[in-house]
Amino acid sequence: MTSFSGVLSLRFIALLLAQVVICNNINFLGYINPYIYIVFIFLFPIRDSRIVLLLVSFLLGMLVDMFSDSGGVHAAAAVTLAYARPLLLKMSFGMLYEHQSVKFSNTDIGSLITYVGLGTLLHHFILFSLEVFNISNILLILKKTLFSGIFTIILSILIIVLFSRNKK
Amino acid sequence: MQQIINFVIRNKTFLLFLLLFTISLTLTIQSHSYHRSKFINSANALTGGVYGTFNSIGKYFSLKDQNKILVEENKRLRNELFNLNKPANTSQLDTTQSRRNYKVTTAEVYKNSYSSTNNYLTINKGENDSIKEDFGVISSKGIIGIIDNTSNNYSTVLSILNTNSKINAKVKATNHLGSLEWDGKSPYFTQLVDVSKFAPIKVGDTIETGGQSAIFPKGIGIGTIEKFETDISGDTYNIEVKLFNDMTNIGTVYIINNLDKEEIINLESSVDD
Repeated sequence: MTSFSGVLSLRFIALLLAQVVICNNINFLGYINPYIYIVFIFLFPIRDSRIVLLLVSFLLGMLVDMFSDSGGVHAAAAVTLAYARPLLLKMSFGMLYEHQSVKFSNTDIGSLITYVGLGTLLHHFILFSLEVFNISNILLILKKTLFSGIFTIILSILIIVLFSRNKK
Repeated sequence: MQQIINFVIRNKTFLLFLLLFTISLTLTIQSHSYHRSKFINSANALTGGVYGTFNSIGKYFSLKDQNKILVEENKRLRNELFNLNKPANTSQLDTTQSRRNYKVTTAEVYKNSYSSTNNYLTINKGENDSIKEDFGVISSKGIIGIIDNTSNNYSTVLSILNTNSKINAKVKATNHLGSLEWDGKSPYFTQLVDVSKFAPIKVGDTIETGGQSAIFPKGIGIGTIEKFETDISGDTYNIEVKLFNDMTNIGTVYIINNLDKEEIINLESSVDD
């Protein structure tokens, strides 16, 4: 159990640093940044308590907010994603999730893409709605959600696939 | 009572979610109003330390550009100095009589953002270097923003690329005043609004700071007019300003402290009463 939470906290710090030091400075085409820290929320162990997940996601979002001076937008988006996670899992993994036997390291790639894709779009939509904070700029919000979303989905899937340990 | 407790226990996940979401929403709303005291900002030891460590690696990559900018600025200043009519080497007769109006401090930019709609910079000078809220920040080419939050060693700067930013500016040729805002779209353009329709402006005119506020001295460059159109109300121009500064690449900045600021503010507030 101790080594397990060690892995989790290491992942927490690594993703946070990668986000604020590298990913926040990519600015592809001027405004497209990936938000890879949500990989932490995607990969959080399914059997652990949802309360813990909510609190940790809030802390992660808040730290990203602190680094990027964005008020509370990342915290709000991360908490929403954490709360909606069981629903997303049910939608993309179906029976596997019901039986509590989802293993991110050896699921088929289609379900994984659905799961990460839906989660990312939800997170990014809330993130950019709160950041722009002006409903008359809905086109700007959707544009940012779509382009940053694609970027995040590709990077997240790569990270999940590359770093998952294949136990054979 | 029992039922209330049961309700709380049954819905504890949802209630916790609501609580956390409300906290983040409150912080978001606070960050959208100018100069509300914020608890979450990057002017603290943790973020400053992390940015400082990585900046000390990253700054080598832009050394060449920064050198070029410095040489350009030196050239401009030399030009001004040599063309001054006053002989430069006459020493002041009585140094106690000479009075400085502005104090300039240099700082390194640790973090710069321009992709969001509310952008802030983090710099490596803070209260220990007597930097306070509302000091002006400029680069060698033009204005950058205004100091927003300070800690002991770091400060955050409200960039001109921030939808909350409003800076007094004027058209250099005609002295018509307006206020500089940003629509959140391109980091190379800002908008000058509330310029009188009677101003004889044309594309290419220079825009500079107006000197009406106590933050910036008069005549610091901002940019040139790219295009302009009449406002819907028909009385004022909305001008698209192309910035002199490349806000996407800033290495070193100057912080301006107006030493007369308190006097000006006191005077203005006494007039209001």
